[in-house]
Amino acid sequence: MKLELTAQQSADQQAFREFSDTSIAPFADEWDRDERFPREVIERMARQGYLGAVVPQASGGSGSDMISFGLLHEEIGRGCSSARSLLTVHSMATFALHRWGSQQLKRRYLAELIDGSLLGAFGLSEPNVGSDARSIETTAHMEGDHYRLNGCKKWVTFGQLADLFLVFAQHEGKSIALLLERTTPGLTVVPISGMLGTRAAMLAELHLENCAVPVANRIGGPGFGLAAIATSALDIGRYSVACGSVGLAQACLEASVRYSSERHQFGVPLKEHQLIRQLISQMLTNIKAARLLCMQAGYLKDSGHPNTVMETWIAKYFASTTAMKAALDAVQIHGANGCSAAYPVQRYMRDAKIAEIIEGSTQLQEVTIADYAYEQQLAHHQPAGANHD
Amino acid sequence: MSPDTIKPQFREFLGKVIRNHDLKDDDDIFAQGFVNSLFAMQLVMFTENTFALAVEDEDLTLDNFRTINAMTALVLRKKA
Repeated sequence: MKLELTAQQSADQQAFREFSDTSIAPFADEWDRDERFPREVIERMARQGYLGAVVPQASGGSGSDMISFGLLHEEIGRGCSSARSLLTVHSMATFALHRWGSQQLKRRYLAELIDGSLLGAFGLSEPNVGSDARSIETTAHMEGDHYRLNGCKKWVTFGQLADLFLVFAQHEGKSIALLLERTTPGLTVVPISGMLGTRAAMLAELHLENCAVPVANRIGGPGFGLAAIATSALDIGRYSVACGSVGLAQACLEASVRYSSERHQFGVPLKEHQLIRQLISQMLTNIKAARLLCMQAGYLKDSGHPNTVMETWIAKYFASTTAMKAALDAVQIHGANGCSAAYPVQRYMRDAKIAEIIEGSTQLQEVTIADYAYEQQLAHHQPAGANHD
Repeated sequence: MSPDTIKPQFREFLGKVIRNHDLKDDDDIFAQGFVNSLFAMQLVMFTENTFALAVEDEDLTLDNFRTINAMTALVLRKKA
């Protein structure tokens, strides 16, 4: 076992960090305030190859491996959760096409998703459907070589800007996955504003009224739309949110260390007060543990090991709850300043709450991860009393 | 590679989540509610990893993964 980054991964990490420090973090409060994300920043990320990082270079993408992909999402997440969420949903759509799309579909869309000339997004949630994804109400009726889509998709991250949506619908009682172009007649994109966190993620509702989508735009067979395509895309999304949460918690730590070193109370810097030190110690320890969980999940993805699915659930659970605690503590350390717009920690706190809800809520994780414990435990041990007839 | 070498590997993998049930080779694991969508993805990854093959777009139908017999037939077809 070797617990260290390769030379390539270290170089990637350094480059991601510099990009985040110069092109993302300094502007994140302004984007949050304006609820807008500038297109030129998306273009800059595209030029860096960040939009194609989920596809390995060997397959025509710009990514090194899933560890580097995770490091990218951590560093961008350290600067701005909205920027990270753009990478999240774009990567989910791009991954699904690369992994499960037909050759014809890949020829049509993949290169442009990789180079960022097309922006991808993910449409699963609906007004009545969140965690219970099997209950989606959007319908797809086949008419010749097209499906007719009717329904509504909600909370579509970067829906306001995306060019291509990976959407899910019910067709004859089975779920299907389709790539829907923004210019499809019958598709209306309605912006959602006033969100608590990741406010620059330009959320939208998609209203689908008799949208004609070619059958050739379906990814995977009927019935496997949710089981394999949504699940594997959500696995990438969950990994992105987990790594982004590590970055968010790291931002909380860096802000708290800086502030508690500079701010004096009772004649000494805040950092000399023991209860402040306790918060900093907990923050650092939890961040390091969360980062290791993310790296393990990434390593298993690179190995194609099926356990990566549950290890990613665990990483996302721990990392997002760590980010929430770190953000609450960071605001506490900053006192009244932390509650003001003059410091970014209030943004971190709002963004951390979003991370606890998206891509599998904390509560869903708390019931699901236990299944894994029973599987792992029972697979290796006979039940008590098994040898006593 | 033959059905006799493939089936036990699927049976062992499925046995991790389908407990207290003697799984038959033609039991429909989805229809009988043994597994959820999260497990379906793990099953696809297991198939690829264990038998060194790539499950592609056209293979991704429920019918290829419903039963141990169907999974075995898929592996034999992909390895032919």
